[in-house]
Amino acid sequence: MIKVTRSNKPAISVFRVCALAASMSVFATATLYFAGVFNGDKVTAQAFVDLQQGSTVHAGFRRAHAKGLCVSGNFESTGLLSAYSTATVFKQGSTPFIGRFSIAGNNPTAPDLKAPVRSLAFVVNTATEDEWRVAMNTPPVMAVATPDAFYKQLQALSPDPATGKRDPAKISAFFKAHPESKAFNQWKAGYTPANSFATEQYNSINAFYLHNAQGEKQAVRWQAVPSMSEHEVAVLDKQSPDALQQQLISQIEKQPVRFDLKFTLADSNDDENNPTIPWPSSREVINAGSLVITGWGFQNEGACGAQNFDPLVLPKGMSATADPILRARGAAYAQSYRRRATETLLNKSKTSQEGAGDASN
Amino acid sequence: MQVTKHYSATSRLLHWAMALLLISMLFLGLSMVQSLAVWQVEAVALHKSFGVVALILVVIRLINTWRNVSPSLPNELSQLQRLAASITHIGLYIAMLLMPLSGWLMQNADGRVVNVFGLFSLPNLIAVDIRYFAFFREVHALVAWVFLMLIFMHISAALYHGLIKSDGVFSSMFKGK
Repeated sequence: MIKVTRSNKPAISVFRVCALAASMSVFATATLYFAGVFNGDKVTAQAFVDLQQGSTVHAGFRRAHAKGLCVSGNFESTGLLSAYSTATVFKQGSTPFIGRFSIAGNNPTAPDLKAPVRSLAFVVNTATEDEWRVAMNTPPVMAVATPDAFYKQLQALSPDPATGKRDPAKISAFFKAHPESKAFNQWKAGYTPANSFATEQYNSINAFYLHNAQGEKQAVRWQAVPSMSEHEVAVLDKQSPDALQQQLISQIEKQPVRFDLKFTLADSNDDENNPTIPWPSSREVINAGSLVITGWGFQNEGACGAQNFDPLVLPKGMSATADPILRARGAAYAQSYRRRATETLLNKSKTSQEGAGDASN
Repeated sequence: MQVTKHYSATSRLLHWAMALLLISMLFLGLSMVQSLAVWQVEAVALHKSFGVVALILVVIRLINTWRNVSPSLPNELSQLQRLAASITHIGLYIAMLLMPLSGWLMQNADGRVVNVFGLFSLPNLIAVDIRYFAFFREVHALVAWVFLMLIFMHISAALYHGLIKSDGVFSSMFKGK
Protein backbone atom coordinates (compact mmCIF):
# COMPACT_ATOMS: atom_id res chain seq x y z
CA MET A 1 0.00 0.00 0.00
CA ILE A 2 2.58 2.55 1.11
CA LYS A 3 6.10 2.26 -0.23
CA VAL A 4 8.86 2.96 2.22
CA THR A 5 11.51 4.66 0.12
CA ARG A 6 14.20 5.06 2.75
CA SER A 7 15.64 1.86 4.12
CA ASN A 8 16.72 3.44 7.40
CA LYS A 9 13.14 4.37 8.31
CA PRO A 10 11.04 1.99 10.36
CA ALA A 11 8.10 0.31 8.71
CA ILE A 12 4.89 2.32 8.82
CA SER A 13 2.91 1.33 11.82
CA VAL A 14 -0.83 0.85 11.67
CA PHE A 15 -0.95 3.26 14.58
CA ARG A 16 0.45 6.11 12.47
CA VAL A 17 -1.99 5.51 9.65
CA CYS A 18 -4.82 5.48 12.19
CA ALA A 19 -3.53 8.69 13.79
CA LEU A 20 -3.62 10.39 10.38
CA ALA A 21 -7.13 9.15 9.65
CA ALA A 22 -8.34 10.10 13.13
CA SER A 23 -6.91 13.64 12.90
CA MET A 24 -8.61 14.26 9.59
CA SER A 25 -11.89 12.85 10.88
CA VAL A 26 -11.75 15.24 13.82
CA PHE A 27 -11.20 18.21 11.50
CA ALA A 28 -13.99 17.16 9.14
CA THR A 29 -16.39 16.46 12.01
CA ALA A 30 -15.61 19.82 13.64
CA THR A 31 -16.29 21.57 10.33
CA LEU A 32 -19.65 19.83 9.97
CA TYR A 33 -20.46 20.51 13.63
CA PHE A 34 -19.91 24.25 13.27
CA ALA A 35 -21.76 24.23 9.96
CA GLY A 36 -24.79 23.01 11.92
CA VAL A 37 -25.09 19.53 10.40
CA PHE A 38 -25.75 18.01 13.84
CA ASN A 39 -28.10 20.81 14.94
CA GLY A 40 -31.19 18.63 14.54
CA ASP A 41 -34.34 20.63 15.21
CA LYS A 42 -32.55 23.61 16.77
CA VAL A 43 -34.05 26.87 15.53
CA THR A 44 -31.55 28.66 13.30
CA ALA A 45 -31.73 31.93 11.38
CA GLN A 46 -32.27 29.83 8.24
CA ALA A 47 -35.17 27.88 9.79
CA PHE A 48 -36.70 31.14 10.95
CA VAL A 49 -36.53 32.78 7.55
CA ASP A 50 -37.79 29.57 5.89
CA LEU A 51 -40.86 29.76 8.10
CA GLN A 52 -41.35 33.47 7.40
CA GLN A 53 -41.05 33.15 3.63
CA GLY A 54 -43.57 30.29 3.52
CA SER A 55 -44.07 27.94 0.60
CA THR A 56 -44.28 30.67 -2.05
CA VAL A 57 -41.01 32.56 -2.24
CA HIS A 58 -41.31 36.13 -3.49
CA ALA A 59 -37.85 36.39 -5.01
CA GLY A 60 -36.03 39.65 -4.43
CA PHE A 61 -38.31 40.71 -1.56
CA ARG A 62 -37.87 40.82 2.20
CA ARG A 63 -39.00 37.59 3.82
CA ALA A 64 -40.94 39.52 6.40
CA HIS A 65 -42.72 42.85 5.93
CA ALA A 66 -42.34 42.45 2.16
CA LYS A 67 -44.76 45.21 1.26
CA GLY A 68 -43.84 48.77 2.06
CA LEU A 69 -43.41 52.35 0.93
CA CYS A 70 -40.26 54.45 1.13
CA VAL A 71 -40.29 57.80 2.89
CA SER A 72 -37.66 60.42 3.63
CA GLY A 73 -37.25 63.52 5.71
CA ASN A 74 -35.38 64.88 8.69
CA PHE A 75 -35.07 63.90 12.30
CA GLU A 76 -35.28 67.18 14.22
CA SER A 77 -33.58 66.46 17.52
CA THR A 78 -34.58 68.39 20.64
CA GLY A 79 -31.19 67.64 22.18
CA LEU A 80 -32.93 66.43 25.35
CA LEU A 81 -31.54 62.91 25.02
CA SER A 82 -27.91 64.04 24.70
CA ALA A 83 -27.57 63.94 28.51
CA TYR A 84 -28.10 60.17 28.20
CA SER A 85 -26.33 59.34 24.96
CA THR A 86 -23.31 60.62 23.09
CA ALA A 87 -24.89 59.61 19.75
CA THR A 88 -24.60 62.51 17.30
CA VAL A 89 -28.19 62.02 16.13
CA PHE A 90 -29.45 63.14 19.57
CA LYS A 91 -27.54 66.42 19.58
CA GLN A 92 -29.82 69.35 18.94
CA GLY A 93 -30.19 69.76 15.20
CA SER A 94 -31.40 68.04 12.09
CA THR A 95 -30.35 64.70 10.57
CA PRO A 96 -31.76 63.42 7.26
CA PHE A 97 -33.27 59.93 7.30
CA ILE A 98 -34.56 57.29 4.90
CA GLY A 99 -37.57 55.36 6.17
CA ARG A 100 -40.08 52.72 5.26
CA PHE A 101 -43.68 52.04 6.26
CA SER A 102 -44.63 48.41 5.85
CA ILE A 103 -47.13 45.72 6.74
CA ALA A 104 -46.39 42.32 8.24
CA GLY A 105 -46.27 39.29 5.94
CA ASN A 106 -44.19 37.83 3.14
CA ASN A 107 -46.43 38.86 0.24
CA PRO A 108 -45.33 42.08 -1.51
CA THR A 109 -48.79 42.54 -3.07
CA ALA A 110 -50.93 41.70 -0.02
CA PRO A 111 -53.87 44.00 0.72
CA ASP A 112 -52.75 46.75 3.12
CA LEU A 113 -55.76 46.56 5.40
CA LYS A 114 -55.58 42.81 6.12
CA ALA A 115 -52.22 42.87 7.89
CA PRO A 116 -52.29 42.50 11.68
CA VAL A 117 -49.09 44.50 12.25
CA ARG A 118 -47.76 47.72 10.72
CA SER A 119 -44.21 49.00 10.90
CA LEU A 120 -42.06 52.05 10.59
CA ALA A 121 -38.32 51.66 10.02
CA PHE A 122 -35.71 54.31 9.43
CA VAL A 123 -31.97 54.80 9.12
CA VAL A 124 -29.73 57.83 9.73
CA ASN A 125 -26.04 58.46 9.04
CA THR A 126 -25.64 55.43 6.80
CA ALA A 127 -22.11 54.11 6.12
CA THR A 128 -20.69 55.99 9.11
CA GLU A 129 -19.90 55.07 12.72
CA ASP A 130 -22.93 57.12 13.74
CA GLU A 131 -25.31 54.96 11.72
CA TRP A 132 -28.55 54.04 13.49
CA ARG A 133 -31.07 51.60 12.06
CA VAL A 134 -34.48 51.42 13.66
CA ALA A 135 -37.29 48.91 13.08
CA MET A 136 -40.51 49.61 14.98
CA ASN A 137 -43.86 47.81 15.06
CA THR A 138 -47.38 48.58 16.23
CA PRO A 139 -47.40 46.15 19.22
CA PRO A 140 -45.65 47.60 22.29
CA VAL A 141 -44.44 44.21 23.54
CA MET A 142 -43.57 40.75 22.26
CA ALA A 143 -45.84 37.80 23.03
CA VAL A 144 -42.84 35.71 24.05
CA ALA A 145 -39.32 36.30 25.30
CA THR A 146 -37.10 33.83 23.42
CA PRO A 147 -36.39 33.05 19.77
CA ASP A 148 -37.48 29.43 20.27
CA ALA A 149 -40.86 30.46 21.63
CA PHE A 150 -41.20 33.10 18.90
CA TYR A 151 -40.55 30.42 16.29
CA LYS A 152 -43.30 28.27 17.84
CA GLN A 153 -45.61 31.28 17.86
CA LEU A 154 -45.05 31.82 14.12
CA GLN A 155 -45.65 28.09 13.55
CA ALA A 156 -48.92 28.24 15.50
CA LEU A 157 -50.03 31.32 13.54
CA SER A 158 -49.06 29.89 10.13
CA PRO A 159 -51.94 28.76 7.95
CA ASP A 160 -52.42 25.02 7.68
CA PRO A 161 -50.85 23.91 4.35
CA ALA A 162 -53.89 21.69 3.60
CA THR A 163 -56.70 24.17 4.28
CA GLY A 164 -54.81 27.44 3.79
CA LYS A 165 -56.44 28.66 7.00
CA ARG A 166 -55.17 29.31 10.50
CA ASP A 167 -56.04 26.74 13.12
CA PRO A 168 -57.69 28.53 16.11
CA ALA A 169 -57.17 25.49 18.34
CA LYS A 170 -53.43 25.54 17.67
CA ILE A 171 -53.26 29.28 18.32
CA SER A 172 -55.12 29.14 21.64
CA ALA A 173 -53.06 26.14 22.74
CA PHE A 174 -49.90 28.14 22.05
CA PHE A 175 -50.99 31.18 24.04
CA LYS A 176 -52.23 28.95 26.90
CA ALA A 177 -48.77 27.38 27.07
CA HIS A 178 -47.18 30.86 27.12
CA PRO A 179 -48.67 32.95 29.94
CA GLU A 180 -45.96 35.57 29.31
CA SER A 181 -48.05 36.59 26.29
CA LYS A 182 -50.67 38.18 28.58
CA ALA A 183 -49.65 41.80 27.99
CA PHE A 184 -49.38 41.23 24.24
CA ASN A 185 -52.86 39.72 24.09
CA GLN A 186 -54.29 42.52 26.20
CA TRP A 187 -52.83 45.03 23.75
CA LYS A 188 -54.20 43.02 20.83
CA ALA A 189 -57.71 42.90 22.29
CA GLY A 190 -57.76 46.66 22.73
CA TYR A 191 -56.04 47.59 19.44
CA THR A 192 -57.98 49.17 16.61
CA PRO A 193 -55.93 49.70 13.46
CA ALA A 194 -55.63 53.39 12.67
CA ASN A 195 -56.99 54.83 9.44
CA SER A 196 -53.51 55.76 8.32
CA PHE A 197 -49.85 54.80 8.61
CA ALA A 198 -49.50 58.43 9.76
CA THR A 199 -51.67 57.97 12.86
CA GLU A 200 -50.33 54.68 14.23
CA GLN A 201 -47.97 54.40 17.17
CA TYR A 202 -44.82 52.41 16.48
CA ASN A 203 -42.71 50.82 19.21
CA SER A 204 -39.09 49.76 19.54
CA ILE A 205 -40.48 46.75 21.54
CA ASN A 206 -36.98 45.65 22.61
CA ALA A 207 -34.97 47.76 25.03
CA PHE A 208 -31.56 49.31 24.28
CA TYR A 209 -28.92 51.08 26.34
CA LEU A 210 -27.98 54.71 25.98
CA HIS A 211 -24.42 55.62 27.02
CA ASN A 212 -23.44 59.14 28.00
CA ALA A 213 -20.09 60.92 28.17
CA GLN A 214 -19.78 60.07 31.88
CA GLY A 215 -19.84 56.37 31.03
CA GLU A 216 -23.30 55.83 32.54
CA LYS A 217 -25.85 53.64 30.84
CA GLN A 218 -29.61 53.86 30.80
CA ALA A 219 -32.04 51.23 29.47
CA VAL A 220 -34.71 52.67 27.19
CA ARG A 221 -37.57 51.78 24.91
CA TRP A 222 -39.05 54.26 22.50
CA GLN A 223 -42.20 54.99 20.63
CA ALA A 224 -42.95 57.00 17.51
CA VAL A 225 -46.06 58.98 18.44
CA PRO A 226 -48.03 60.60 15.59
CA SER A 227 -48.77 64.29 15.83
CA MET A 228 -51.78 64.00 13.54
CA SER A 229 -55.08 62.69 14.85
CA GLU A 230 -57.46 60.27 13.16
CA HIS A 231 -60.03 62.90 12.08
CA GLU A 232 -57.35 64.95 10.30
CA VAL A 233 -56.21 62.27 7.86
CA ALA A 234 -57.30 61.94 4.25
CA VAL A 235 -60.03 59.48 3.29
CA LEU A 236 -59.00 55.84 3.11
CA ASP A 237 -60.12 53.94 0.01
CA LYS A 238 -61.00 50.70 1.77
CA GLN A 239 -61.48 48.83 -1.52
CA SER A 240 -57.91 49.38 -2.66
CA PRO A 241 -55.25 46.76 -1.87
CA ASP A 242 -52.80 49.68 -1.53
CA ALA A 243 -55.15 51.77 0.61
CA LEU A 244 -52.61 52.71 3.27
CA GLN A 245 -49.87 53.54 0.79
CA GLN A 246 -52.13 55.72 -1.40
CA GLN A 247 -53.47 57.51 1.62
CA LEU A 248 -49.99 58.17 3.02
CA ILE A 249 -48.77 59.51 -0.33
CA SER A 250 -51.65 62.00 -0.54
CA GLN A 251 -51.01 62.96 3.07
CA ILE A 252 -47.28 63.64 2.54
CA GLU A 253 -48.02 65.62 -0.62
CA LYS A 254 -50.39 67.84 1.36
CA GLN A 255 -48.10 68.49 4.33
CA PRO A 256 -45.22 66.83 6.20
CA VAL A 257 -46.17 63.84 8.36
CA ARG A 258 -44.68 64.06 11.84
CA PHE A 259 -43.93 61.66 14.66
CA ASP A 260 -42.36 62.43 18.01
CA LEU A 261 -39.72 59.93 19.11
CA LYS A 262 -40.47 59.45 22.80
CA PHE A 263 -38.00 57.54 24.92
CA THR A 264 -39.11 55.79 28.12
CA LEU A 265 -36.38 55.43 30.75
CA ALA A 266 -36.39 52.14 32.65
CA ASP A 267 -35.92 52.20 36.39
CA SER A 268 -34.39 49.51 38.57
CA ASN A 269 -37.70 47.59 38.76
CA ASP A 270 -37.86 47.07 35.00
CA ASP A 271 -36.27 44.10 33.24
CA GLU A 272 -34.78 45.49 30.06
CA ASN A 273 -34.03 41.98 28.83
CA ASN A 274 -37.65 40.85 28.78
CA PRO A 275 -39.66 42.25 25.85
CA THR A 276 -43.00 40.76 27.01
CA ILE A 277 -43.53 43.08 29.98
CA PRO A 278 -44.67 46.69 29.45
CA TRP A 279 -43.05 49.32 31.62
CA PRO A 280 -45.35 51.37 33.86
CA SER A 281 -46.66 54.61 32.35
CA SER A 282 -45.23 56.47 35.35
CA ARG A 283 -41.69 56.08 33.98
CA GLU A 284 -39.93 59.22 32.79
CA VAL A 285 -40.47 59.93 29.11
CA ILE A 286 -38.16 62.16 27.05
CA ASN A 287 -39.05 63.55 23.65
CA ALA A 288 -35.86 63.02 21.63
CA GLY A 289 -37.18 64.86 18.61
CA SER A 290 -39.46 64.60 15.60
CA LEU A 291 -39.36 62.54 12.46
CA VAL A 292 -40.59 64.96 9.82
CA ILE A 293 -41.54 63.06 6.67
CA THR A 294 -41.51 65.15 3.54
CA GLY A 295 -40.85 62.71 0.70
CA TRP A 296 -41.92 59.28 -0.52
CA GLY A 297 -41.05 56.72 -3.19
CA PHE A 298 -42.10 53.25 -4.29
CA GLN A 299 -39.85 50.65 -2.76
CA ASN A 300 -38.58 49.33 -6.12
CA GLU A 301 -37.34 52.84 -6.96
CA GLY A 302 -36.79 54.42 -3.58
CA ALA A 303 -33.69 54.20 -1.43
CA CYS A 304 -35.39 52.14 1.30
CA GLY A 305 -36.03 49.11 -0.91
CA ALA A 306 -32.52 47.71 -0.69
CA GLN A 307 -32.02 48.75 2.93
CA ASN A 308 -31.61 46.12 5.65
CA PHE A 309 -33.19 47.66 8.77
CA ASP A 310 -31.22 45.52 11.20
CA PRO A 311 -31.95 47.10 14.60
CA LEU A 312 -28.59 45.93 15.92
CA VAL A 313 -26.80 48.55 13.82
CA LEU A 314 -26.41 51.13 16.55
CA PRO A 315 -24.45 54.37 16.72
CA LYS A 316 -21.70 55.11 19.23
CA GLY A 317 -23.57 56.01 22.40
CA MET A 318 -26.07 53.16 22.08
CA SER A 319 -25.86 49.39 22.55
CA ALA A 320 -28.01 46.27 22.64
CA THR A 321 -29.43 44.86 25.86
CA ALA A 322 -29.18 41.11 26.50
CA ASP A 323 -32.81 40.66 25.38
CA PRO A 324 -32.69 37.29 23.56
CA ILE A 325 -35.28 38.35 20.97
CA LEU A 326 -33.33 41.51 20.11
CA ARG A 327 -30.10 39.56 19.81
CA ALA A 328 -31.69 37.00 17.49
CA ARG A 329 -32.78 39.71 15.06
CA GLY A 330 -29.34 40.37 13.54
CA ALA A 331 -28.81 36.85 12.16
CA ALA A 332 -32.42 36.58 10.95
CA TYR A 333 -32.35 39.96 9.16
CA ALA A 334 -28.98 39.04 7.63
CA GLN A 335 -30.38 35.79 6.28
CA SER A 336 -33.43 37.47 4.74
CA TYR A 337 -31.18 40.18 3.29
CA ARG A 338 -28.72 37.67 1.85
CA ARG A 339 -31.49 35.72 0.11
CA ARG A 340 -33.11 38.71 -1.57
CA ALA A 341 -29.76 40.32 -2.36
CA THR A 342 -28.57 37.21 -4.20
CA GLU A 343 -31.91 36.94 -6.03
CA THR A 344 -31.58 40.59 -7.02
CA LEU A 345 -28.02 40.07 -8.26
CA LEU A 346 -29.06 37.03 -10.29
CA ASN A 347 -32.10 38.94 -11.58
CA LYS A 348 -34.50 36.35 -10.25
CA SER A 349 -36.92 38.84 -8.80
CA LYS A 350 -40.29 38.77 -10.46
CA THR A 351 -41.38 41.90 -12.30
CA SER A 352 -44.57 43.30 -10.98
CA GLN A 353 -46.48 46.38 -12.10
CA GLU A 354 -48.12 46.90 -8.74
CA GLY A 355 -47.40 49.70 -6.33
CA ALA A 356 -45.47 47.27 -4.20
CA GLY A 357 -42.77 47.25 -6.84
CA ASP A 358 -40.44 44.53 -7.99
CA ALA A 359 -36.78 44.09 -7.31
CA SER A 360 -34.62 44.78 -4.31
CA ASN A 361 -37.29 45.28 -1.72
CA MET B 1 22.57 28.62 -2.65
CA GLN B 2 21.80 28.41 1.02
CA VAL B 3 20.09 25.16 1.98
CA THR B 4 17.46 25.46 4.70
CA LYS B 5 15.76 22.54 6.34
CA HIS B 6 13.52 24.55 8.59
CA TYR B 7 11.32 27.59 8.36
CA SER B 8 12.52 30.59 10.34
CA ALA B 9 11.12 31.30 13.78
CA THR B 10 9.14 34.24 12.32
CA SER B 11 7.66 32.04 9.60
CA ARG B 12 6.72 29.36 12.10
CA LEU B 13 5.17 31.85 14.50
CA LEU B 14 3.12 33.42 11.69
CA HIS B 15 2.07 30.00 10.41
CA TRP B 16 0.83 28.63 13.75
CA ALA B 17 -0.72 31.89 14.95
CA MET B 18 -2.63 32.20 11.69
CA ALA B 19 -3.60 28.51 11.73
CA LEU B 20 -5.22 28.98 15.13
CA LEU B 21 -6.83 32.30 14.16
CA LEU B 22 -8.13 31.26 10.74
CA ILE B 23 -9.59 27.92 11.77
CA SER B 24 -11.31 29.63 14.72
CA MET B 25 -12.64 32.33 12.40
CA LEU B 26 -13.96 29.83 9.87
CA PHE B 27 -15.72 27.76 12.53
CA LEU B 28 -17.10 30.87 14.23
CA GLY B 29 -18.29 32.20 10.88
CA LEU B 30 -20.11 29.01 10.00
CA SER B 31 -21.95 28.94 13.33
CA MET B 32 -22.67 32.65 13.83
CA VAL B 33 -24.58 33.03 10.54
CA GLN B 34 -27.07 30.48 11.84
CA SER B 35 -27.13 31.17 15.53
CA LEU B 36 -29.97 33.03 17.22
CA ALA B 37 -28.13 32.92 20.56
CA VAL B 38 -27.43 36.02 22.66
CA TRP B 39 -23.68 35.78 22.02
CA GLN B 40 -24.21 36.23 18.28
CA VAL B 41 -23.89 40.04 18.45
CA GLU B 42 -20.48 39.94 20.16
CA ALA B 43 -19.41 37.04 17.90
CA VAL B 44 -20.02 39.11 14.77
CA ALA B 45 -18.13 42.08 16.26
CA LEU B 46 -15.17 39.86 17.19
CA HIS B 47 -15.26 38.16 13.79
CA LYS B 48 -14.88 41.55 12.08
CA SER B 49 -12.09 42.70 14.42
CA PHE B 50 -10.11 39.47 14.09
CA GLY B 51 -10.73 39.54 10.34
CA VAL B 52 -8.74 42.78 10.20
CA VAL B 53 -6.00 41.13 12.32
CA ALA B 54 -5.96 38.26 9.79
CA LEU B 55 -5.66 40.71 6.88
CA ILE B 56 -2.70 42.47 8.52
CA LEU B 57 -1.05 39.13 9.31
CA VAL B 58 -1.36 37.79 5.76
CA VAL B 59 0.28 40.93 4.37
CA ILE B 60 3.18 40.56 6.86
CA ARG B 61 3.35 36.89 5.98
CA LEU B 62 3.52 37.45 2.23
CA ILE B 63 6.36 39.94 2.73
CA ASN B 64 8.09 37.46 5.03
CA THR B 65 7.69 34.61 2.52
CA TRP B 66 9.01 36.75 -0.30
CA ARG B 67 12.06 37.84 1.71
CA ASN B 68 13.03 34.43 3.07
CA VAL B 69 14.12 31.18 1.46
CA SER B 70 11.65 28.39 2.12
CA PRO B 71 12.95 24.86 2.71
CA SER B 72 12.76 22.86 -0.52
CA LEU B 73 10.68 19.71 -0.79
CA PRO B 74 12.47 16.31 -0.69
CA ASN B 75 13.86 15.15 -4.03
CA GLU B 76 11.87 11.92 -4.09
CA LEU B 77 8.54 13.76 -4.34
CA SER B 78 6.80 13.20 -7.67
CA GLN B 79 5.98 16.04 -10.04
CA LEU B 80 2.31 15.55 -9.24
CA GLN B 81 2.92 15.91 -5.50
CA ARG B 82 4.98 19.05 -6.08
CA LEU B 83 2.23 20.51 -8.25
CA ALA B 84 -0.43 19.64 -5.64
CA ALA B 85 1.68 21.24 -2.93
CA SER B 86 2.18 24.48 -4.82
CA ILE B 87 -1.47 24.73 -5.92
CA THR B 88 -2.60 24.20 -2.32
CA HIS B 89 -0.16 26.79 -1.01
CA ILE B 90 -1.10 29.40 -3.60
CA GLY B 91 -4.79 28.62 -2.98
CA LEU B 92 -4.34 29.07 0.76
CA TYR B 93 -2.72 32.46 0.28
CA ILE B 94 -5.46 33.58 -2.13
CA ALA B 95 -8.11 32.45 0.38
CA MET B 96 -6.29 34.25 3.21
CA LEU B 97 -6.53 37.48 1.19
CA LEU B 98 -10.04 37.01 -0.21
CA MET B 99 -11.72 36.19 3.11
CA PRO B 100 -11.02 39.46 4.92
CA LEU B 101 -11.34 41.57 1.75
CA SER B 102 -14.74 40.12 0.80
CA GLY B 103 -15.87 40.47 4.41
CA TRP B 104 -14.85 44.13 4.52
CA LEU B 105 -16.46 44.91 1.16
CA MET B 106 -19.74 43.09 1.94
CA GLN B 107 -20.03 45.21 5.10
CA ASN B 108 -19.44 48.38 3.10
CA ALA B 109 -21.97 47.37 0.43
CA ASP B 110 -24.56 47.01 3.23
CA GLY B 111 -23.63 50.50 4.46
CA ARG B 112 -21.78 49.23 7.53
CA VAL B 113 -18.46 50.37 8.91
CA VAL B 114 -15.92 47.76 10.05
CA ASN B 115 -14.79 48.68 13.55
CA VAL B 116 -11.73 47.04 15.09
CA PHE B 117 -12.10 46.17 18.80
CA GLY B 118 -13.77 49.55 19.35
CA LEU B 119 -10.41 51.22 18.70
CA PHE B 120 -10.64 52.45 15.14
CA SER B 121 -12.66 51.96 11.97
CA LEU B 122 -11.71 50.99 8.45
CA PRO B 123 -12.69 53.34 5.62
CA ASN B 124 -15.68 52.36 3.46
CA LEU B 125 -14.27 51.46 0.05
CA ILE B 126 -17.37 50.96 -2.08
CA ALA B 127 -20.84 52.40 -2.55
CA VAL B 128 -23.87 51.00 -0.73
CA ASP B 129 -25.50 48.60 -3.21
CA ILE B 130 -27.50 45.43 -2.60
CA ARG B 131 -25.95 43.80 -5.71
CA TYR B 132 -22.41 44.43 -4.49
CA PHE B 133 -23.48 43.04 -1.12
CA ALA B 134 -24.82 39.88 -2.76
CA PHE B 135 -21.61 39.40 -4.74
CA PHE B 136 -19.21 39.82 -1.82
CA ARG B 137 -21.47 37.92 0.60
CA GLU B 138 -21.52 34.91 -1.74
CA VAL B 139 -17.77 35.19 -2.38
CA HIS B 140 -17.21 35.23 1.39
CA ALA B 141 -19.24 32.02 1.83
CA LEU B 142 -17.84 30.22 -1.21
CA VAL B 143 -14.22 31.03 -0.40
CA ALA B 144 -14.81 29.90 3.20
CA TRP B 145 -15.73 26.41 1.98
CA VAL B 146 -12.86 26.27 -0.54
CA PHE B 147 -10.56 27.47 2.26
CA LEU B 148 -11.74 24.69 4.59
CA MET B 149 -11.12 22.11 1.85
CA LEU B 150 -7.63 23.49 1.22
CA ILE B 151 -6.88 23.42 4.95
CA PHE B 152 -8.11 19.83 5.06
CA MET B 153 -5.76 18.91 2.18
CA HIS B 154 -2.90 20.86 3.74
CA ILE B 155 -3.20 19.16 7.15
CA SER B 156 -3.63 15.74 5.48
CA ALA B 157 -0.47 16.23 3.44
CA ALA B 158 1.47 17.58 6.42
CA LEU B 159 0.51 14.62 8.59
CA TYR B 160 1.23 12.22 5.74
CA HIS B 161 4.74 13.63 5.57
CA GLY B 162 5.09 13.72 9.36
CA LEU B 163 3.58 10.40 10.34
CA ILE B 164 4.13 8.21 7.33
CA LYS B 165 6.97 9.54 5.19
CA SER B 166 8.99 11.08 8.07
CA ASP B 167 10.89 13.02 5.39
CA GLY B 168 11.39 16.30 7.24
CA VAL B 169 8.59 18.22 5.51
CA PHE B 170 6.44 18.26 8.65
CA SER B 171 9.29 19.11 11.01
CA SER B 172 10.36 22.00 8.76
CA MET B 173 7.31 23.91 10.05
CA PHE B 174 6.94 22.14 13.38
CA LYS B 175 10.31 22.83 14.92
CA GLY B 176 13.47 24.87 14.54
CA LYS B 177 16.97 23.69 13.79
